[in-house]
Amino acid sequence: MGLLSGKATCNTHGQDSSYFLGWQEYEKNPYDEVQNPTGIIQMGLAENQLSFDLLESWLARNPDAAGFKRDGQSIFRELALFQDYHGLPAFKKALVEFMSEIRGNKVTFDTSKIVLTAGATSANETLMFCLAEPGEAFLLPTPYYPGFDRDLKWRTGVEIVPIQCTSLNGFQITETAIEEAYQLAQKRHLKVKGVLVTNPSNPLGTTMSRNELNLLVNIITEKNIHLISDEIYSGTVFSSPGFVSIMEILKDRNCENTQVWNRVHIVYSLSKDLGLPGFRVGAIYSNDDMVVAAATKMSSFGLVSSQTQYLLSALLSDKKFTQNYISENKKRLKQRHRKLVSGLEKAGISCLKSNAGLFCWVDMRHLLRSNTFEAEMELWKKIVYDVKLNISPGSSCHCTEPGWFRVCFANMSEDTLKLSMQRLKAFVDSITTTLHNQSNHQSIKNSRRRSLTKWVFRLSFDDRVTGER
Amino acid sequence: MGILSKIATNNGHGEDSAYFDGWKAFDRNPFHPTQNPGGVIQLGLAENQLCFDLIKDWITKNPYASICTAEGVEVFKDIAIFQDYHGLPEFRQAVAKFMGKGRGGRVTFDPDRIVMGGGATGANELIMFCLANPGDAFLVPSPYYAAFDRDLSWRTGVQIVPVHCDISNNFKITREALEAAYERAQEASINIKGLIITNPSNPLGTTLDRDTLKSLVSFINDKNIHLVCDEIYAATVFSSPKFTSVAEVIQEMDCNRDLIHIIYSLSKDMGLPGFRVGIVYSFNDTVVNCGRKMSSFGLVSSQTQYLLASMLSDDEFVDNFLVETSKRLAKRHHNFTKGLEQVGINCLKSNAGLFFWMDLRHLLKEKTLEGEIALWRTIVNDVKLNVSPGSSFQCTEPGWFRVCFANMDDDTLQVALNRIAAFVQQDKESEKPTKKRCSRIFASASHRGSTNKVSCRRT
Repeated sequence: MGLLSGKATCNTHGQDSSYFLGWQEYEKNPYDEVQNPTGIIQMGLAENQLSFDLLESWLARNPDAAGFKRDGQSIFRELALFQDYHGLPAFKKALVEFMSEIRGNKVTFDTSKIVLTAGATSANETLMFCLAEPGEAFLLPTPYYPGFDRDLKWRTGVEIVPIQCTSLNGFQITETAIEEAYQLAQKRHLKVKGVLVTNPSNPLGTTMSRNELNLLVNIITEKNIHLISDEIYSGTVFSSPGFVSIMEILKDRNCENTQVWNRVHIVYSLSKDLGLPGFRVGAIYSNDDMVVAAATKMSSFGLVSSQTQYLLSALLSDKKFTQNYISENKKRLKQRHRKLVSGLEKAGISCLKSNAGLFCWVDMRHLLRSNTFEAEMELWKKIVYDVKLNISPGSSCHCTEPGWFRVCFANMSEDTLKLSMQRLKAFVDSITTTLHNQSNHQSIKNSRRRSLTKWVFRLSFDDRVTGER
Repeated sequence: MGILSKIATNNGHGEDSAYFDGWKAFDRNPFHPTQNPGGVIQLGLAENQLCFDLIKDWITKNPYASICTAEGVEVFKDIAIFQDYHGLPEFRQAVAKFMGKGRGGRVTFDPDRIVMGGGATGANELIMFCLANPGDAFLVPSPYYAAFDRDLSWRTGVQIVPVHCDISNNFKITREALEAAYERAQEASINIKGLIITNPSNPLGTTLDRDTLKSLVSFINDKNIHLVCDEIYAATVFSSPKFTSVAEVIQEMDCNRDLIHIIYSLSKDMGLPGFRVGIVYSFNDTVVNCGRKMSSFGLVSSQTQYLLASMLSDDEFVDNFLVETSKRLAKRHHNFTKGLEQVGINCLKSNAGLFFWMDLRHLLKEKTLEGEIALWRTIVNDVKLNVSPGSSFQCTEPGWFRVCFANMDDDTLQVALNRIAAFVQQDKESEKPTKKRCSRIFASASHRGSTNKVSCRRT
């Protein structure tokens, strides 16, 4: 008999994956403009650090929220005791209104259908516990957020079956791909309980098209399964086409009061739009009363701190603030995105055209030694250890095509971003020269490859802008 | 094909139990000294409301501890983005120090073994996920905290095997009882992975004596199973004997430390259930590691970690707080239990917790579960006190009730006492009390209460 549980000793938490190894390398040698200018620049962290000044100035104008006060009166005791899993009513109201605002008020949300959870991490896991038995499956389009392996599968026992998306059509979901996923599930003797999509997509940074959304509604209607739409990046859509929420599609199709209406669930969080991942604010929104009831009870395992609920209820109730924040945040994201894209272009690197998110889906297939995941890992290691940029390899996102990388742009200063692009350009220049001088054969004789590699490393070391180790 | 999971549609959450009916009665008709003096008084909520003044005072004097004030906002950004599941180092250090002080400095805790959980609720579920597979079982001495059924079993699939304790030896947990329960489980092919105890006990309000604790450690060591000690009430000990933590006991005996785990929280000792601070403290490195990854599902808000890191690092504040909370709990406990004694109601002798274990066996019409529930319904609906029936804690002996004493002000407590006195009196006078006489009696009793404002827990 094992002393610990199966869950404690397996690696379904997924933290042995490269996604997390890159983070570990960064932790060992983090870039700092002054103290460690040759360190690794973190570009693997999808954080929104662009709009804190707006939050801080709101705080300066609203001291009550900070001091556990309402209208000058202390409500400390009330907050200290508040552990009702229904959540602070004022906070839920402000949150659903904020969600509506982000969707251009094209849809409205009902406070009785929202469940607060400790981050989207907890929301996604809770939905799995509510909708599927251990051993059942959810279909997810690839590439997808690496944390899903842990959030959806680890403690729940639910399986993920990929819907393979490719660059042939910009990684959009097709009917064929969904059917193939279904067949794959059948082969593995897995009962499919639903589809989970992230919209806007992580790692693609794109919003889902109306076609794709309609396709999904058709599929879940036909197969009588659930749809979870993780809309955690909904407030980061900075250019056209705008964001279309699944709720909007359902409304357009007059799906209220139909069965499919009850099988669509949204996950939200303030970690990306407001840049507050530390506060652990997630939410499940479901039209199914039983899901809401069950998820509400389950939220006991991860409630949002009442102190935080109160602060954010005050913040999000300030409509002047939210309107300004939403538009300013978008502007800054757009600008930053443009800087990354043009920096990459200068290095001869393109990326998937995107309009949302905190990252770009970057195409480095032309820099691969061969069209394999081994070559992708090799390239990734060079970028992490030699170029000193922590970016996320596509394989960690379950991408089926080698050579794609997710590169974040909103979690560092503009100068740091500029520097990262300079380093990248230098690296690309060096290996492009090398690659250009090679024949078009994919394979190289061993000894020649070894000395070539050494030469490449030496070049990239010398050409580094930041100086010597 | 069920469209929802079994977990979503079964009643493993336990909320259909009687425990919650009393809450519902209170929610529908909550007591208020002026606005609703005939309402139900909440005596079923184990909250510590006695020391908020101390905490409020500290917060007012230490604005830098908030990331939102002018004094503290410079760290707002760093804290707002901090989602590392290791937790803020200062937070872990402060909690480890607080835990040590709460145990009289007799043991020190390693900040690197501190793992966060979404309240003790989340922490208890987390430790089950780490230690047991679905279908495995844990021994739980009864009476036990009603929500364990949800926290330990609901989503984990772990079974609870109760080890029934009774008044014949003051509800002590004996080695014999454990061995017997263990054997029975073996015979039924139930795989026991460990024993979980709450010390100080909920609902009994008693601390385990050193010898009993040692025998528990020795039992689990012999069987090579885990020992989880939920020490959520550690700093609510208000009279002797002192609290002995399992951490202290293992310092003086040979034991496989990989089997020892502590659950802690600030919800009871500090009265901050809203802040969701749960802690898993394990002596097993693999459990710490795995637990830490799992804590992603219920991290403590960084805003809250930051505030508490400052507060709990303030030695002067903490030392004074621990002394004061003890004093105030002692006084409350004394007033309430003495008041009950005067009307012939005894309680299990206790030295900790936010409640006591009241003996109403002599008031039962029948010494059965039904008799207990009938008495309980009378107390909730007629006397208008929400107390918790022993059966909701899986107590096998009818007639015991858990009564909380730290979640209201002194005057409300007096009203409650008066109502009980009246009920007992009137119960003596007649076999079948009429509802009319009962309500007339308690109404006059409640008017004898104060006119001070009672803050309702409702928000």
